[in-house]
Amino acid sequence: MTEHDAPPKAAPVLHANTKTRRMVMRSIAMGGAVVGASLFGFFPVLRKWTPRLRPPGAIDETDFLAACIKCGQCVQVCPVKAIELGDLDEGFGVGVPYVPARAQACDFSCDAVQCVLACPTGALSHKISKKEEVRMGLARLDRPNACLARKGEGFKGVARPAPFKGVHRYPEIDRWKPVKLAEYKYDLALCDLCVRECPVPNAITLEPLSGDPADKRRTPVVHQACVGCGMCEMICPTEPASIVIDIRRKWGDA
Amino acid sequence: MMKLFSSLKVMLGAAPQRPTEYTPEAQAMMEAKRLVKGPEKARQIKAAHAEKHSHKWRNIRWATLIAVNLIFVLSYRFDVQLVEGALTASRVIGFHFADLNSAIQVMLAYKVILINLVIGTGTVLFMWWLLGGRTFCSWTCPYHLLAEIAEKIHLALAKRKMVVDYPLHRGSRTVLYVVFAALAFISGYTVFESISPTGIVSRALIYGPGLAMVWVLGLLAYEIIFIRRMWCRYICPIGLTYGFVGAVSPLRVSYSMENCLHEGDCRKVCLVPHVLDCTKKTYADDIKVAIGSDCTRCGLCIDACPTGSLKYEVKGLNRLL
Ligand code: SF4
Ligand code: SF4
Ligand code: SF4
Ligand code: SF4
Repeated sequence: MTEHDAPPKAAPVLHANTKTRRMVMRSIAMGGAVVGASLFGFFPVLRKWTPRLRPPGAIDETDFLAACIKCGQCVQVCPVKAIELGDLDEGFGVGVPYVPARAQACDFSCDAVQCVLACPTGALSHKISKKEEVRMGLARLDRPNACLARKGEGFKGVARPAPFKGVHRYPEIDRWKPVKLAEYKYDLALCDLCVRECPVPNAITLEPLSGDPADKRRTPVVHQACVGCGMCEMICPTEPASIVIDIRRKWGDA
Repeated sequence: MMKLFSSLKVMLGAAPQRPTEYTPEAQAMMEAKRLVKGPEKARQIKAAHAEKHSHKWRNIRWATLIAVNLIFVLSYRFDVQLVEGALTASRVIGFHFADLNSAIQVMLAYKVILINLVIGTGTVLFMWWLLGGRTFCSWTCPYHLLAEIAEKIHLALAKRKMVVDYPLHRGSRTVLYVVFAALAFISGYTVFESISPTGIVSRALIYGPGLAMVWVLGLLAYEIIFIRRMWCRYICPIGLTYGFVGAVSPLRVSYSMENCLHEGDCRKVCLVPHVLDCTKKTYADDIKVAIGSDCTRCGLCIDACPTGSLKYEVKGLNRLL
């Protein structure tokens, strides 16, 4: 036996104990604070403080928040940059993607649904491969009295004047290059922007308001095919938009 | 096997133990060192510190860390599609990568095994196993760099007696690991992700900062004023996950007792000084010891050691060379 096998000299016990006890108390306090802080994320979620329009293919909201790994790959592939990531005020929704439709809608100009293909976790469900299958929400004519078509009015000029930054890939111009709405001029005898630019066939139509053939007035009518992409909300020239998306609403919901 | 077990135990929060048995070589070396005393010892220490220590590995590591994060940022900004995503999950030239801890959180909360995520974690698992330890932490995590700078500020202030470090129990990270895993499973939300500074900073760099950075700055301020390196040392489950992955790996930091003067320069700079306990007098059971799994492979100790007793080493390669 050599001397380095001797047990180390006992430390001054009392002092060490109070020190350790304080350290353990501090650790518990810190742990509680950190877990507490993380649980604050519940408030915005449970109270639905910040309802968000989720990208195409998003699974049921609760599962979506769980499944999304918050990587932003969906953000990166979208050609019109329609997807943004949530911030801290969204609680567990921090880093989770949404589409701010009025500012920049999803126009499905990406060929299939690129964001869905990019998602590594299936938070944007790979069961969806066509824009027609998407169900983000439903459009609804929110302010019928403001709607230009219902007033029988035409529309001339840019739908959303500068400094509006939103873009749209017009198939008839150059389907690969997004055009700023603030730079694209219309000249319409009757406003039908929401119908004209809707990317989904038969999602929305303009219907006559009365039986009178001389009556110019029409009203936008949303049909079951509507996927809730937000294009109509973005393009509507009235301020605020006459037509809006009801987030996650499905056809037949109250 | 015993060594792996005790290195994991230390990582989970146990205090490192002084060995009870030594190899004959180690005993002989300790004996020889004991003969060097007083003025001779002082002379050796002085000679060793004559050369100013370098920042070689720190500089290489910082450059790597910044480069990795910059690739994410630039690749998105200039739309090169080389790397897509953030540190939580990404696609690198078409290959899926997923941060192990984020993937675990998602699978616990969502309760579905996702094939792309399994592929992504597989790639990452292999990579970090090769590099070993918590290499992710010090070579990739952007919060690590911020915390390292905050630590420098803390130490500078502490030197002027303006702040004091209030250390916590290292077991708290293990407890929090279990708590966050349980929270994800029970609540069905990836609770930890909402406060993870790694994810927040990574996304802030790529997609632009938001409110969430306030939380990160708060953490840094807290670390500067109260607890040295609080997040990385006592909280972050990502570190623990990678610690397990890299527990047995070919690359590591290795300690050789021979020239070591035991004055502990290495332990002063280390984020996880408990892994360097073997550098204390009579704490190494052999003349060469591999540093434990909690080590982040940052190389600060290698830079700091005046006698070159700590080195990066690839297991088995020494025998080949
Ligand atoms: S489907 Fe819409 S949101 Fe998704 S990438 Fe295409 S345009 Fe962007
Ligand atoms: S790609 Fe999927 S996992 Fe990543 S942020 Fe988008 S929805 Fe979330
Ligand atoms: S774009 Fe707006 S104003 Fe024009 S028809 Fe549609 S809802 Fe009415
Ligand atoms: S042991 Fe060395 S390489 Fe490992 S974390 Fe500490 S200083 Fe860094």
